Amino acid sequence: MQPIIQMKNIQKHFGSVIALAGVTVDFYPGECHCLLGDNGAGKSTFIKTMSGVHKPTAGEILFEGQPMHFADPRDSIAAGIATVYQDLAMIPLMSVSRNFFMGNEPMTTKLGMRFFDHEHANATTMAEMRKMGINLRGPDQAVGTLSGGERQTVAIARAVHFGAKVLILDEPTSALGVRQTANVLATVDKVRAQGVSVVFITHNVRHAMAVGDRFTVLNRGTTYGTANKGEITPEELQDMMAGGEELAALEGSLGGTV
Amino acid sequence: MSQAEQTDERVREMSTLRRAMIRPELGGIVGTVAVFTFFLLFAGNSGMFNAQGVLNWSTVSAQFMIIAVGACLLMIAGEFDLSVGSMIGFAGMMIAVFGVTLEWPMWMAILTTFVICIAFGALNGYIVVRTGLPSFIVTLATLFILRGFTIFIPQTLERKTIIGGIREAAEGDWIAPIFGGTIFRGFFQWLGDIGMISVFERGNRAGEPVVDGIPMLIVWAIVLVIIGHIILTRTRFGNWIYAAGGDAQAARYAGVPVNRVKILMFMFTAFCATVFAVCQVMEFGSAGADRGLLKEFEAIIAVVIGGALLTGGYGSVIGAALGALIFGVVQQGLFFAGVESSLFRVFLGVILLLAVILNTYIRRLITGER
Repeated sequence: MQPIIQMKNIQKHFGSVIALAGVTVDFYPGECHCLLGDNGAGKSTFIKTMSGVHKPTAGEILFEGQPMHFADPRDSIAAGIATVYQDLAMIPLMSVSRNFFMGNEPMTTKLGMRFFDHEHANATTMAEMRKMGINLRGPDQAVGTLSGGERQTVAIARAVHFGAKVLILDEPTSALGVRQTANVLATVDKVRAQGVSVVFITHNVRHAMAVGDRFTVLNRGTTYGTANKGEITPEELQDMMAGGEELAALEGSLGGTV
Repeated sequence: MSQAEQTDERVREMSTLRRAMIRPELGGIVGTVAVFTFFLLFAGNSGMFNAQGVLNWSTVSAQFMIIAVGACLLMIAGEFDLSVGSMIGFAGMMIAVFGVTLEWPMWMAILTTFVICIAFGALNGYIVVRTGLPSFIVTLATLFILRGFTIFIPQTLERKTIIGGIREAAEGDWIAPIFGGTIFRGFFQWLGDIGMISVFERGNRAGEPVVDGIPMLIVWAIVLVIIGHIILTRTRFGNWIYAAGGDAQAARYAGVPVNRVKILMFMFTAFCATVFAVCQVMEFGSAGADRGLLKEFEAIIAVVIGGALLTGGYGSVIGAALGALIFGVVQQGLFFAGVESSLFRVFLGVILLLAVILNTYIRRLITGER
């Protein structure tokens, strides 16, 4: 199978800081690829080069085999790469339906002028939310009334509805409770089954093991390569993320609970 | 799927009252009803509600409405414009300088002024989105710069700070009546003839009704409110305005051209200020360097009374228009009721405070924060 995105030897320098020192990863359709790494490992920088926020200093991005040069996020969205950011997914004061269609407003023509098609937007939003298992009071309910997990779910549903082929999730579970996390992971599973390539960024090994098909660990701007599910244990992933020995020492004193 | 399966037991049904509470116009509607009730009771016989009285407070309210529409859309987009008052003075002065001092045709003076002022609005917006500085500071600077020019230019050219003769210069012009004229004159003459409104008894206007038509100022206000409301609630651009003010970064990630939206809203605010200025100079026949003082705050107060949040992302043009109506009715009503006019400022301060507290509470209702 051909990878949908190939990131080849991506480097990103911010002035004298080397955030990415050459990272190579392939992403396939219908798989959930977990990107793991501790804070400052370069996860965010890496996905921002994929989503067009940053331009890589060096390296190549191939999308469906074609080299891509994203000038800004609109380009990558147009290509089919959607990113769901942890706390920037939704606008709390706006209704679910307005949020769902933000940037992709459905239009209808009345009297020769183009208007926002609220009827279509409301109906679609309610239908999509029901599919994802979220019960709304109405499409005009403000996103602020939804829980963190529900907001992530709405954002994922939105990305998939608008034809995302690659869905990047930036730490979707890091601020969530147990139940909400389970809901988001279940959503990831549904989306993957539809053939979308999911890129799941996390520093929680258990969340990664729950849904991941393949795992790539970033550490200090480089990668140790990619492992398939079943070829690696959670302990090994944890050690790779932390860079080995220090954590082993810490874990000893904490009784292996980290 | 049955109804029982669809509802979540933790999502309580919202009461009708609570639903009504989260409409941004609520404060404006309640305030309007309260204000009219009050003045009907206490100033009902003072002439406030005869034709001249109605024209009086409608005109003042319409002035507030014109600048409130611009300030409202800009505030929902997440920014302020403190230079509105100075822009009004500056625009009026530019028309006087072009049309009277330089003796350009009035239509050219007016159109050139629009172009210059909208360009200043664009500059405000460009600086704000480029530098990321708070619009409060950027437009505070513009406030002083424009006011300074408004005094300096006539001082240098004419050695005075008021330039008159605009009405004479606008005589026979085709664009000036769009701002300074009145409409439905025939209808008002008829109302006068049948005795619905009083007519002048003597003088050279004997037989003409005391109110001879609807001033274009009021027409502008109504048209701007309707257009603003439709843009905000019924168009794609309206959704972008909410998004830009609600969370600019989230909106950017979703592909909304936030910078373009904000700059356009600054330009629209400048446009509204210029409409106000043109109507004003056509009415007075002169431009003064002190025109428009404090108008920026009056616009913002009207918008806040109308339910918009100072932090952006939430509000309503209809609400802002009602805020402007309350503003105008109270200011003129206190005069009709024979109340010392300085108390208007006290009232304004109190109602502003109440409106902001109410808005903060409503925000919690919408977002479910505690």
